[in-house]
Amino acid sequence: MSIDGGGLLLQAPAHYKFDDDVPMVVVTQRTAADELYRAGARAAGAITLGLMGLIGFFLLYRSREAFSSAGWRFFTEQRWSPPNAFGIAALLVGTIVIAVVALVVAFPIAAGTALYITEYAPLRVRRPLTSLVDLLAAIPSLIYGIWGAAVLSGRVANVSRFFADHFSWVRLPALQLSFWHWYRPFQTVSNAGFTASSMLAGIVVALMVLPICTAIMREVFSQAPQGERESALALGGTRWGVIRDVVLPFGKGGMIGGAMLGLGRALGETIAVAIIISPKFDIHSLLQPLQTGGNSIAAHIALRWPEQSAGGVPTSSLMAAGLVLFVMTLAVNMVASLVVARSRSGSATEI
Amino acid sequence: MTLVSDAASHAAPTNDAISRASTLTAQGVSAWFGSHKVLERVSLDMLANQVTALIGPSGCGKSTFLRILNRMHELVPSARLAGNIALDGQDIYRSAAPVTEIRRRIGMVFQKPNPFPAMSVAENVVSGLKLCGMKVERSHKDELVETCLQKAGLWNEVKNRLDANGGALSGGQQQRLCIARSLAVRPDVLLMDEPCSALDPTSTHRIEETIAELRDDVTIVIVTHNMQQAQRVSHYCAFFLAAENEPGRIVEAGTTDKIFSEPDDPRTLDYVRGRFG
Ligand SMILES: Nc1ncnc2c1ncn2[C@@H]1O[C@H](COP(=O)(O)OP(=O)(O)OP(=O)(O)O)[C@@H](O)[C@H]1O
Ligand SMILES: [Mg+2]
Repeated sequence: MSIDGGGLLLQAPAHYKFDDDVPMVVVTQRTAADELYRAGARAAGAITLGLMGLIGFFLLYRSREAFSSAGWRFFTEQRWSPPNAFGIAALLVGTIVIAVVALVVAFPIAAGTALYITEYAPLRVRRPLTSLVDLLAAIPSLIYGIWGAAVLSGRVANVSRFFADHFSWVRLPALQLSFWHWYRPFQTVSNAGFTASSMLAGIVVALMVLPICTAIMREVFSQAPQGERESALALGGTRWGVIRDVVLPFGKGGMIGGAMLGLGRALGETIAVAIIISPKFDIHSLLQPLQTGGNSIAAHIALRWPEQSAGGVPTSSLMAAGLVLFVMTLAVNMVASLVVARSRSGSATEI
Repeated sequence: MTLVSDAASHAAPTNDAISRASTLTAQGVSAWFGSHKVLERVSLDMLANQVTALIGPSGCGKSTFLRILNRMHELVPSARLAGNIALDGQDIYRSAAPVTEIRRRIGMVFQKPNPFPAMSVAENVVSGLKLCGMKVERSHKDELVETCLQKAGLWNEVKNRLDANGGALSGGQQQRLCIARSLAVRPDVLLMDEPCSALDPTSTHRIEETIAELRDDVTIVIVTHNMQQAQRVSHYCAFFLAAENEPGRIVEAGTTDKIFSEPDDPRTLDYVRGRFG
């Protein structure tokens, strides 16, 4: 069949029937190379996912002994003396306290550094500065740990004392065991000292998450659309105006995502925290970040691993703690990528 | 704060004492990107209350020239320039010149509409005030939003959705929103770089009307590839041309009538008749 298209003779494809007006099936023949690539990419993706699943399954399997021994009390018990009484509650609180301190310290520094690099730094120093910040990530965490314990400790103790002296009146509403009360983060409950605290551990962890937070924020800020930047400048805007009205609104999602990825790291940071803190298991005192002592799941597992590797409930309980950490970091990272992917800036950023 | 004229008028351009637009003068302007020279000794007067059109083939340096006029050129790291640009007789490149104030007085509308997407329509209009540190009372703000949107010919279309997101408008509406945004900071000169190139004929027509209404308040310099548009909106016309591997120069400048009917240079005639470029 053929149609006369205004002097141009169009030959319809042989299989095409003009009378049935239904969607046709489009078949694309893939080349062998394409097929091979697809198979390879799929396999790689499947291996990663499978590995994740296997790790989760392994942790779940090995922790079943602990869970059957402790039951739901595992999530409410503060003490850790398996096989009798043990639970994740204090460790979880300690982990979160350190991570929050780390984030509170790291977020403004990372945002400021990223803004300086993308918005203010002359081209000459931009590159060296970027590599310098990235280089922070290359320092082994052990080094951060010993530096924190040996050098930073005394100085942070002074700062902590200052906070305790002047800000003990700060009260935050908080929910504890189903009733409201005032949480006073800077009030020391006992007359313990200020060394080996969650504050110190948090500051050291902050330094360790700084590179990734900065890198993501820098990436996001640098993607703020040139057109909007120029419009803001053409309206008579200053650099700060451009940051406020263009860069920050654009980078919001990326900043939150970057912070949460940092949080994911902070939660899992092990050796530096293990070196710095002196472990304690009392939630009430763990909520006082200035005071000596702290705890985190990862550091706890690392510290207990050698003595408890005999097997039975003690080993299994560490597996259970590991499972909690695994799930928590996974959740934080997933939420982070969701936040990032949904924001305008994030969709173009690889994380 | 309100803009000077309350009703747009279609009257012919005048050089009355009441007019507050400024004259922009370029003398011997050359420009480079790195070592690549893209403009050579361009001189042009852009008179107060007149619309000056810059025409010429692609790549001859029209945008570069326009960006030099409000100090946007220097934002490109490798960019350099020579020459003299004066706004009402004052050199805008003098060493103590307040850059942000100059950019406020010489507004710019870009080829691609780019309203701030995180802001509402109304916020977009007044965004420039915050950016350049102009304080406006709350009560005056609504008035200003309405005046500027009216001048940009957008008021009727958006008056019921001033709180809608600026990015939710159509391309033509976005472009007029950008014009309104530029007007809110009360510029003396408005530079427009192919403001209609991405728009449909209706939006284009709307913006051309807007330009005609604005010329009482501001001096307008417009880059356009559309010869009919240049003829319709402009009073003066400058024809830019860059010979192969040479920087762009002004071949001829004069009244639009002259450029389009009896230009001195045969190349101008060829270009406006669509014979090359
Ligand atoms: N950022 C830049 N870096 C290097 N060279 C540039 C840059 N911007 C423009 N140029 C060069 O400067 C010359 C003039 O460019 P310009 O954008 O001013 O041309 P134009 O007349 O506006 O062209 P069009 O009509 O296509 O917009 C071109 O040769 C271009 O390659
Ligand atoms: Mg151009």
